[in-house]
Amino acid sequence: MSFLEYNVKSMPSGWRKVLYLNWGLILLLIAVASFGFLMLYSVAGGNFDRWAEPQMERFALGFVAMFIVAMVPIWFWRNMSGVAYGISVLLLLYVEFFGSVGMGAQRWIDLGFMRLQPSELTKITLVMILAAYYDWLDLSKKSRPLHVLIPLVLIAVPVFLTLRQPDLGTALLLLMGGGAVMFVAGVHWAYFAGVIAAGVGAVTAVFTSRGTEWQLLQNYQYRRIDTFLDPSNDPLGAGYHITQSQIALGSGGWTGRGFMEGTQSRLNFLPEKHTDFIFTTLAEEFGFIGAASLLVLYILILVFCIATAVMQRDRYASLLVMGIAVAFFLYFAINMAMVMGLAPVVGVPLPLVSYGGSAMLVLMVAFGLVQSAHIHRPR
Amino acid sequence: MKRTQKDTEDSARQIGRRSLVVGGIFIGTAAVLAARMRYLQVERADDFRLLAEENRINIRLLPPARGLIFDRGGVLLAANEQNYRITLVREDAGDVDAVLAELGRIVNLDMVTLQRARREIDRRPPFVPVTIADRLSWAEVSAVAVNAPALPGISPEVGLSRVYPMSGDFSHVVGYVGPVSDYYLEQTGDTDPVLQIPDFQVGRNNIEARLEHTLRGSAGTKRVEVNAGGRVMRELDRDPPEPGSDVQLTVDAGLQNYVEARLHGESAGAVVMDCETGEILALASAPTFDPNLFVRGISTAAWTDLNEDRYRPLANKATQGLYPPGSTYKMIVALAALEAGLVTPEETVTCPGHMDVGNRRFHCWRRDGHGRVNLVESISQSCDVYYYELAQRVGIEAISEMAHRFGCGVRHDLPLSGIAEGLAPTMQWKLQNRGAAWVVGDTLNASIGQGFVLNSPLQLAVMTARLATGREIVPSIIRSIDGISQLPPPAADMGFDPGHLDQIHRGMWNVNNDRRGTAYGARVEVADYKIAGKTGTSQVRNISAAERASGVIRNEDLPWERRDHALYVGYAPYDSPRFACSVIVEHGGGGSAVAAPIARDILLRAQLGEVPPPELYPAGQRHDIERMHRDLPILPSPPVPTGRTVRSQA
Repeated sequence: MSFLEYNVKSMPSGWRKVLYLNWGLILLLIAVASFGFLMLYSVAGGNFDRWAEPQMERFALGFVAMFIVAMVPIWFWRNMSGVAYGISVLLLLYVEFFGSVGMGAQRWIDLGFMRLQPSELTKITLVMILAAYYDWLDLSKKSRPLHVLIPLVLIAVPVFLTLRQPDLGTALLLLMGGGAVMFVAGVHWAYFAGVIAAGVGAVTAVFTSRGTEWQLLQNYQYRRIDTFLDPSNDPLGAGYHITQSQIALGSGGWTGRGFMEGTQSRLNFLPEKHTDFIFTTLAEEFGFIGAASLLVLYILILVFCIATAVMQRDRYASLLVMGIAVAFFLYFAINMAMVMGLAPVVGVPLPLVSYGGSAMLVLMVAFGLVQSAHIHRPR
Repeated sequence: MKRTQKDTEDSARQIGRRSLVVGGIFIGTAAVLAARMRYLQVERADDFRLLAEENRINIRLLPPARGLIFDRGGVLLAANEQNYRITLVREDAGDVDAVLAELGRIVNLDMVTLQRARREIDRRPPFVPVTIADRLSWAEVSAVAVNAPALPGISPEVGLSRVYPMSGDFSHVVGYVGPVSDYYLEQTGDTDPVLQIPDFQVGRNNIEARLEHTLRGSAGTKRVEVNAGGRVMRELDRDPPEPGSDVQLTVDAGLQNYVEARLHGESAGAVVMDCETGEILALASAPTFDPNLFVRGISTAAWTDLNEDRYRPLANKATQGLYPPGSTYKMIVALAALEAGLVTPEETVTCPGHMDVGNRRFHCWRRDGHGRVNLVESISQSCDVYYYELAQRVGIEAISEMAHRFGCGVRHDLPLSGIAEGLAPTMQWKLQNRGAAWVVGDTLNASIGQGFVLNSPLQLAVMTARLATGREIVPSIIRSIDGISQLPPPAADMGFDPGHLDQIHRGMWNVNNDRRGTAYGARVEVADYKIAGKTGTSQVRNISAAERASGVIRNEDLPWERRDHALYVGYAPYDSPRFACSVIVEHGGGGSAVAAPIARDILLRAQLGEVPPPELYPAGQRHDIERMHRDLPILPSPPVPTGRTVRSQA
């Protein structure tokens, strides 16, 4: 037990660990995933085999993975952080070079039973390496410029590689998730203030330069921004998806049209109805009550994660759990904001609900890490 | 490396603080999301619900089946045919070229259509069916259906298309349909939504055009649920279309076929009417054309041929063609004189072959004159001088008034395209239209149906029917619509002295049955079928004094377009007239030689209901008549009434 930084009075071992799992969190995960199964069954037009069944199989697989990860002590995972990060960067490089040449610009690696997206994996491994870095770093050094630069490089490498794919949504998630770990780790707030100020300045510059000789973006890029700000500008072009999504969502009303009764999503008015836009179908069929319920479930998952993080005395475990919580939050917040017309359309799935193997598995492994931290917390 | 207890506590405190900040951001963001949800789903739910309905429900029009057109006996003249076509959906086809190549092995594909279809396929959304081949036979469609597994995306479809089983025979009565053009919409101001249906056909000509609203029916609708791309997902409900009304005409398909065949090779028009009821039994114009060509979309070459033909197949000579009636007008003049009491039947006029009025000499068609002729002889021998004399006694106003009573210069109200009004001139008319005063010479010309007088074959047929019966026969061509009779009430008596009419009838009898009659060659040998009539030969050129001196050029020696028109009007049987007939052969030469034999054959066919046997003809003509009937394009057996009708469309 040389890895422990604190005195363990009692530590569950063997199968007794199962009793110490955070069962509340598990129930929440099952509840959210069940929303997903229902919606996938519905958007497939009452077809169970098409999306719902494979999704359930993956959830089961993810559940097993979560248990295995949870059983392994958290300090083992801390020691594996560097290796995991290295592997995921190598995989990103692999799809960057071989994916584009040999396999027609694909972002995934076929594992036979599923297709693994290295960029999804990176969301967790980046949080792991950053948590491990701040665990290793002397507390007093955390705000020194040189020691701020190192995590920035760690974040920049996978962000650059995912941007090259190009996958703007994932790159943004990585950037914000990494930044959040740095924030929680206690890096001086002035850095964040600086970044936010720079961001606001850049946006201002982009907009004020419009129409002048030195404008920063191409005209078509400005038009995309216009469309986002007011979808009715281009109802049949780029604004179409946003408009249709809002129509479907809004037509749900208080109680929704009822399960399997949604018309807009089933009739292909929506793109990606089983993946990125699945929340629209849910909101259409179950109404405000259903959509708000899902939001509450998500918030409860976050509350459980924050509670687990705060209970820790291990710096790595705390930072890891908070990083995972932020990544999870970013997933559903950006997705919901996107379908409700509050954010531009970027490819971000609704966690545990959207159809997709990699994201599901990676999230379940991440919750395995949360569970591991919960089991092996000081008592 | 182990941290001190203090460091661990500091770290935990700091993480706790920052975590709470992060948690605060979580809650704040979630609150924004919830507020947005509430705004969209609660406050604006009704707006969006409305938009959603508009999105998904689409109303499609269903074309009605066009009403059928029958002849008086129930023979189908215009029907709806199942039109088999093959469509391709790009999305389902995958490799379009491979599928088309495979299809080409099964059915014969037209290269031009195929290229057009290829362009269409590239242009339209991938799920829209594009017509690859049209008007396929049942065998071809079956072959495609059997090979369906090898032809992804290909599907045989069926629609309704107009077809005219009698082909050219009725193109001048029934007309034809064609696609809806912008010009049509503009001209008619028709806003019927059914016109928006792709490939919908509207009547363009004659009955099809004039009875368009009767035949069209009204569109049905089906409400379908469509997806974002406009693809139909399912049908919600349908309101079936109401088919158009069936129209039965007064025409007789067998007789019409015979008349068209008999006029074959000439530029001519003919009308056969029922003397009693005014029903038009045949209304023919030769040459004719196949209306089915127009339904399918006529080729430029075929259109040019029709347009440039000097016999003008597209013109309806029976109703639109106006000709100087020539001697067929003489009964009008005679009756006008009799009714005015200005001549008696017994009175004779001496014809020396010409008459001098003022400083002009008016000739009789017979250069050496007819000698002394009375009224009956003047008709049967068609003496011009007799009518020059009568014309001077009666005057043009009385002649034209009588002409109007017989329907000349009157636009008969028939649902056909372009009914000509003709002209029975008056002094007033000449002053207004020619800016010159009427002179007595004009009256003389008018009295023999020349000069300004113009009539159509239809008007001459109506005139003949009125002469034969003495009643005011009104022509009609629609017998019933959806079984409801459209025939006019029995015609009223015109109030002529029966003795006067009898004189006219005797004159017309002698035309065909007196040795000296102008149409004695065109007589009938069997008493029951005897006909009476009047020949006419109308000049289309002036014969100069010089030409007259050196001998009038014979018709055969003139170019076609300068030859005389040949006319004949007549009725049969003589005792109790049932059929009235008029025939005009454009530039045919003499009425007695050209028009009268045609009219005799037509009247015999009308009376017998079949191709007349040679026994009815004078002995010397039987051989030629028999051979002619063999060579004419007459249907081998009369068309049979059919009960098979296509009433609805999927």
